[in-house]
Amino acid sequence: MKTIKASIIGFGSVGQGVARVLLRKKEELSSMGLDIVVVAVADSKTAVIAQEGVDLSMVLERKASEGVVGDTHITGHDIIRDIEHDLVIETTPTNIDTGGVGLQNMLTAFSKKRHVVTSNKGPLALKYRELAALAERYGCAFRFEATVGGAMPLLNLVRDTLAGNDVISIEGIFNGTCNYILTRMMEEHATYELMLAEAQELGIAEKDPAYDVEGIDAACKLVILANAIFGIDATYKDVHVTGISRITPEALMLAETDGYVIKLIGEVNKQRIQVAPRLVPMGHPLAVGGTLNVASLQTDLAGPVIVVGRGAGSIETASAIFSDIVSIYKK
Amino acid sequence: MRVSMDIELQDAPGQLVHALKPISEFRGNLVSVVHHHEKRTPRGTIPVQVVFETESLSITPLVTKLEALGVGVIRVNEEKYLERGTVVLIGHIVHTDLEDTIDTIDKTGYAEVVELHLSMPSINQSSSASFKLDAVGKKELRDAISLLRSIAQKKDLVLIEPIESEIL
Repeated sequence: MKTIKASIIGFGSVGQGVARVLLRKKEELSSMGLDIVVVAVADSKTAVIAQEGVDLSMVLERKASEGVVGDTHITGHDIIRDIEHDLVIETTPTNIDTGGVGLQNMLTAFSKKRHVVTSNKGPLALKYRELAALAERYGCAFRFEATVGGAMPLLNLVRDTLAGNDVISIEGIFNGTCNYILTRMMEEHATYELMLAEAQELGIAEKDPAYDVEGIDAACKLVILANAIFGIDATYKDVHVTGISRITPEALMLAETDGYVIKLIGEVNKQRIQVAPRLVPMGHPLAVGGTLNVASLQTDLAGPVIVVGRGAGSIETASAIFSDIVSIYKK
Repeated sequence: MRVSMDIELQDAPGQLVHALKPISEFRGNLVSVVHHHEKRTPRGTIPVQVVFETESLSITPLVTKLEALGVGVIRVNEEKYLERGTVVLIGHIVHTDLEDTIDTIDKTGYAEVVELHLSMPSINQSSSASFKLDAVGKKELRDAISLLRSIAQKKDLVLIEPIESEIL
């Protein structure tokens, strides 16, 4: 049995999802010869540390009832720096302007020779090269399947299952919120403002929806794909972005008459990285509805490969993180 | 353009090659040849349907040449545009000189706006329009769409293009 000491830094929806999945899949991990001991959990205010292993059920309960994980006032960054462990599960919120605490957490983790698995897009969309180089220098694994398309397998699909294929282009829907709003506008012949309000009420869109509806979230994901799959040294600023806030119900109806739906499509290849509303023929594999994400990969050997999945959600995103952890240690 | 042609040949050996040679000399790229040997016309000739693509703008010289060689040309059908694409525009489409937008495409000589559906819900709101474009080939269709892209940028319109795999 291999014992892995891990920390969960960031205990919002995704961090809690990871804790639940680790509890739920303990036996599966044992059968793979892995024992993951979480030695520290930190949220934005508090932390809990226990070298013999934190009781994740209790931490989840306390977070739910009191809104904190523990009594210790030590930051996630200090945990990464000072507490001896092997793996940092970095699930702090995305900050696209500076990279936020996530960036500092990752840099410090590598300099301390700790592996990093993350769902945080910001640091990768801004400093992919720097992070990847540092990880390599210190011999650390750096996995981030959860940053692109949530549960939808993409990075690991290309790296492992499609090994040997050159990916020529990737085109798809990388933001469930926009997909939901456009799908509902078409179904109800309703305005953007109305369907945004509905999405906010259902918790599908944030109170400040700009990050999703202006295409910023999708652009960050494309930057990660551009770097990780195409080897392009791109940052968020290199993406041409058009959001969905100017789409009218009339445009959707005109498109429908011609046999199309309108989707916010992200596209990445060697020539360009772009997010824009596009016409997708009805019945085309990219024309998925609701909050689903989808990606169509053009490859040189396998031809077109298409994956569809849930792009967000606590357990769904934790699923991607879990598979990254397993892929690091299961040799 | 794509040309489909009904011709009639004498029932003698070597007549088909005799008729196809001028088409290849005309730099026509043959798409299909259907030789109806079993169907004889009342004139005792054999009908053949030929389809080819050519970059020439007029096929009159070819028809003249075929007739001079004794090949009957019964029907000629020219299709200038082989590709069709749809785009959607949103914004102040009419007040940013719609005529100019259409003219820019029509003046290229390789593409035309062949259909336009416009929806103007009220004076202060954005209009929406779907444009159908015909173009002589795939490359020209892309070029026409990229022309529209620069017009849209200049006129602050949102251009919604088809996805890549739709044009490929």
